[in-house]
Amino acid sequence: MSRSRSESGTATADPLRPSDHAEAEASDITQPVLGVVGWLRWGWRQLTSMRTALVLLLLLAIAAVPGSLVPQRSADPNGVTQYFADNPDLAPVLDNLSMFDVYSSPWFSAIYILLFISLIGCVIPRTKHHWKALRATPPRTPARLSRLDAHRSETIEFDSGADAAAAATSAIEAAQQQLKKSGYRVERYDSGAMLSVSAERGYLRETGNLVFHASLVGVLLAVGFGGGFTYTGQTVILEGRTFVNTMLDYTSFNPGRFVDEEALEPYALTLDRFDVTYQPLGAQGQGQAGDFVANLTTQYAGEEPVAGEVRVNHPLDMGGDRIYLMGNGYAPTLTVRDADGEIVFSESVPFLPQDTNMTSLGVVKITDGLPDQMALQGFFYPTQAPLHTGAFASAYPALVNPVVSLNVWVGDLGIDDGTPRSVYTLDPSEMTQLAGRGTDVEPIELAPGETADLPDGLGSITFENEAPEGAQGYEESVKRYVSLSIHRDAAATWVLVFAVLATAGLLAALFVPRRRMWVKATPRGESLHLEYAGLARGEDPTLDAAVAQFAQRHLDGLQSPAYPKVD
Amino acid sequence: MPESSALTLDSVSVLLVWTAITIYALAFIAYAVDLARRGADAVDAKDAQLEVRERELVAAGGVATGGSVGELRAQEKAAEENLNAPLGRRKRFVWARIGTSLTVLGFLFHVAGDVTRGIAAGRVPWSNMYEFALTGTMLIVAVYLAVLIRYDLRFLGSFITGLTVVLLGGSTLAFYVEITPLADPLKSVWLVIHVFVATLSTALFALAFGLSVMQLMQARRERRALVAASAEAPAQPVKTGPRFLATLPGSDALESLAYRFAILGFIFWTFTLIAGSIWANDAWGRYWGFDTKEVWTFVIWVLYAGYIHARATRGWRGARSAWLSIIGFTAVLFNFTIVNMFFKGLHAYSGLS
Ligand code: HEM
Repeated sequence: MSRSRSESGTATADPLRPSDHAEAEASDITQPVLGVVGWLRWGWRQLTSMRTALVLLLLLAIAAVPGSLVPQRSADPNGVTQYFADNPDLAPVLDNLSMFDVYSSPWFSAIYILLFISLIGCVIPRTKHHWKALRATPPRTPARLSRLDAHRSETIEFDSGADAAAAATSAIEAAQQQLKKSGYRVERYDSGAMLSVSAERGYLRETGNLVFHASLVGVLLAVGFGGGFTYTGQTVILEGRTFVNTMLDYTSFNPGRFVDEEALEPYALTLDRFDVTYQPLGAQGQGQAGDFVANLTTQYAGEEPVAGEVRVNHPLDMGGDRIYLMGNGYAPTLTVRDADGEIVFSESVPFLPQDTNMTSLGVVKITDGLPDQMALQGFFYPTQAPLHTGAFASAYPALVNPVVSLNVWVGDLGIDDGTPRSVYTLDPSEMTQLAGRGTDVEPIELAPGETADLPDGLGSITFENEAPEGAQGYEESVKRYVSLSIHRDAAATWVLVFAVLATAGLLAALFVPRRRMWVKATPRGESLHLEYAGLARGEDPTLDAAVAQFAQRHLDGLQSPAYPKVD
Repeated sequence: MPESSALTLDSVSVLLVWTAITIYALAFIAYAVDLARRGADAVDAKDAQLEVRERELVAAGGVATGGSVGELRAQEKAAEENLNAPLGRRKRFVWARIGTSLTVLGFLFHVAGDVTRGIAAGRVPWSNMYEFALTGTMLIVAVYLAVLIRYDLRFLGSFITGLTVVLLGGSTLAFYVEITPLADPLKSVWLVIHVFVATLSTALFALAFGLSVMQLMQARRERRALVAASAEAPAQPVKTGPRFLATLPGSDALESLAYRFAILGFIFWTFTLIAGSIWANDAWGRYWGFDTKEVWTFVIWVLYAGYIHARATRGWRGARSAWLSIIGFTAVLFNFTIVNMFFKGLHAYSGLS
């Protein structure tokens, strides 16, 4: 059996403080011989003791800290890469200690698993005990109520000839009824002329405590099992393009163990338009972006298309999936022609934003149609402006002065052997640079609608202007894209349910007072001696006031003809 | 809103805030004088008592034993009665009164500063570091003043006003930013709920912290007084810590009061954690991701859960649990300052660059 809330009680000097239900076992008494079973039992008792729970809780708090000091693979994989680059000596050591995966590390897991075993070992016996306590009768009235902290007494004098014994009976009956009305469970204990009622209330406190702890187990199980049915995937959609919810259209996909990748909910999303507003030039927070909206056309297989939108804080629900707006950017449409004027490449290429003014980095890879493979790598500036270093950057995130600036490489892209390569990065080790920084040739610079020749007479490149008829300036001249994150989280609802249950349990466990109350009536010749006493079980700051208030009400109720004279 | 008027309203707000800080600083001084005076009064009372006892002793020809324990209990009892006394019937600590009046006055300016900032921004005034500090300290003072109605906690006045001056003054100097539109992720009802409740529990934890510190000091004083009393005829007066402690409730009473505020704070913190997860699930697509701020919120929650357990564990009641409350609040302050400023994470809303 576990030792639980009574631990403090048993240690206190006050003999009247009841050691609570889950009776403390005197852990200090060593048994003479401990067999294997004895040791196991001893170990289990240690594990499920309150002190162990406390130590494990504190350990958990400490163990969680390193994960906030060192970047974590789960939350910030780029940070980890950067950390390795910045601290080449320290990083591998930390990695061996699972410092980059703290929350799935063996030591962190050990702590919380032990904690939860302890928790379960604690909750089960207490639940049994509480179940019994719920049906037990309140305990005997202590012999000397005056020794309790919360205590009141009153002596009522009668005229000579009054029946004090009868008065005692009716006083106790009144008390019994009053207590019952205030939610106490009551029991009479009389001995001779001394009459008494014993009452107890606040079982909800322990119930709340058990519900709270059990709900914590619920949260953990929901997270654990739910994770198996959960997936997250990322995709990029250009304006005017459609995403179909199959593995083909995801750029990355992290399924839980039990996810069937062939059975994803069949639906499609088309990005009609991406909207964003920027704080105007000169205003506070100039260039700050806001009100992002991805305007979509959504369609379930075999159904009519419906308009939908995704905003920050407002994910879109699609057949149990939740779709989040994670990022956005520009996708300049570039057309490359060979020396004969034949189109070898024509696509909108997503460029990755590098700063808040949307200076964006991108790579165009042309695998076929030219004598060698070609890569065009460089920046897109929605509003190009020179820095004092002479280089360029974007000065504002909207399309005021859009320019792409591209370096040109030819050679082997290194993708023919099937090695997976990110579309956003270039490995130029097998390539020769023909234009751009580091060569004598200027990089290719284009505004929408412009065309330039490729170096070495290889052909030409055009930055297509996508603006519709009648657009002003460069507005809408470059397509946008959004990156969406698509999640299915089977556990979230359950986690929430258990968390809310835990909170409700916590409220009851912390604020419902659990207390015992006794009223004793002793007739003494011509007078009646009344005693009221209360005993807290657990934290109960209002006990004394409650006893005083009860005594007052009870005495007030006695001001009836049966008690002719009260002083 | 036209920009110029927003600016003027905001500068009015800053002016109000500085006024509040000044008044709080004066309140701090008054409260500090109060503590010093209490110490002096306690010594005077003791001297008077000693004189009486000496006279009695001379008359009876007896030996003094255990006098200081009885004295301790009597002081404790008086202090506890005063702790729970209704507003009108509390001891007249003149300087504490001045301190409280000044705190109320400072608070009015503080509220005005907070509200004008909110109006100027056209949203709730808690969406960057400066505003968290502005509203957070306002709640600390509000909770303190509200609690004063029920308990005479004026002995915490210098702690509360001191903390407020440091946090609010420091934040206004270091974190002040002009009003900018809300970033998209912050446009959510959860900004209103989650952040407000988090700040509220911070205020409750602050009170619990102050009480736990007093508890530790008081416990030390009690221990030393007991030792001195059991020693035969102490040669010199024993050092038992600051003398104002004599006018404070006993360490047990301080402990149970600290516990009451801590569990209130804990409930709100639990709610903060849940509300934050719901918000994260809307904004970032997962309800929990061990982002730095999430980690610290969790650490603080676990620390206070440990504190609650400690209070029910043999050998951990008293000083050890008080230390947990102190560590817990240190983590809260750390979470607000260091984590916001220096730790990388998704919660990059300090408004600082
Ligand atoms: C996941 C780890 C745990 C957490 C987060 C946790 C949290 C809490 C909290 C918040 C309370 C106060 C609310 C209440 O009284 O119900 C509490 C109380 C309690 N917990 Fe836990 N607990 C954990 C594990 C355990 C374990 C393993 C045990 C048993 C050894 C335990 C036994 C108790 C007891 C007996 C109380 C009542 C204390 C009192 O009378 O004030 N808890 N716990």
